Amino acid sequence: MFPIMYPLGLAVILFCIGIVGFILHKNAIVILMSLEVMFNAANLLFITFSNHFQNLDGQVIVIFVMVTAAAEAAVGLALIVELFRAKKSISIDEMHSLKG
Amino acid sequence: MTPGLLVFIILGIIAIAAAVAMLVSRNTVYSALFLVLNFLSIAVLYLIMGAPFIAFSQIAVYAGAIMILVLFVIMLLGTHHLDPKEPLKWHRPLAIVLGAALVVEGIYVLITRFGPAAATLAGSEQMVDPRNLGLVLFQKFSLPFEITSIILLVAAIGAVVLTRKESKQGGD
Repeated sequence: MFPIMYPLGLAVILFCIGIVGFILHKNAIVILMSLEVMFNAANLLFITFSNHFQNLDGQVIVIFVMVTAAAEAAVGLALIVELFRAKKSISIDEMHSLKG
Repeated sequence: MTPGLLVFIILGIIAIAAAVAMLVSRNTVYSALFLVLNFLSIAVLYLIMGAPFIAFSQIAVYAGAIMILVLFVIMLLGTHHLDPKEPLKWHRPLAIVLGAALVVEGIYVLITRFGPAAATLAGSEQMVDPRNLGLVLFQKFSLPFEITSIILLVAAIGAVVLTRKESKQGGD
């Protein structure tokens, strides 16, 4: 098999790609997808260490993370649909109603 | 080079390329499909690291349910094409430089902490069996498991309440 550093490094790179996408994009749906990439990087860390220590707790935590991600996607997409109804756009630049 | 290492390198390149393609694609539908590719390659990675149940849940829940929901919303709103204008020009190079700095920092910490010595293991019989996963889930983590059911219930109710049409007559 391969050194444990490789999947950890892959998780770091994926997490940073997710953060850069989160910062760069104006589209709320792409921001949600960047969040999913970050969730995925965290899951990869859990699975890697679950494998390394031969302990199943990490895999159980990954199941909980998946449940949370599903709930977050459902509520987030409902919010996006509602924002589109109100503003006719899902660009986060349009959301400055509370700006002083 | 062992076969496991070769498979890992191919999967890692596919995962990173799909994530980058998701960011630079100007069409949201292509972004979602690249993200599905990313999820699938990570799922195969779980499979070779001895977590088959998680791998198939990843395909069913992430690549199946969540991404279909995202695609459905993209189609529903009809916002495939991203706006080409970017109001904050200095934003982009700054974010890329800071992201690259974060990658370098993370890799440096990994190298100094772990070194190349520790290797991943092939999945042992006890790790791979979903029965043991179920035992841990329902014995050690039974309270968090119950709490996730409340999270899902609240998310379902919240999604329904948020997207409900306001009735004009006021109360129905």
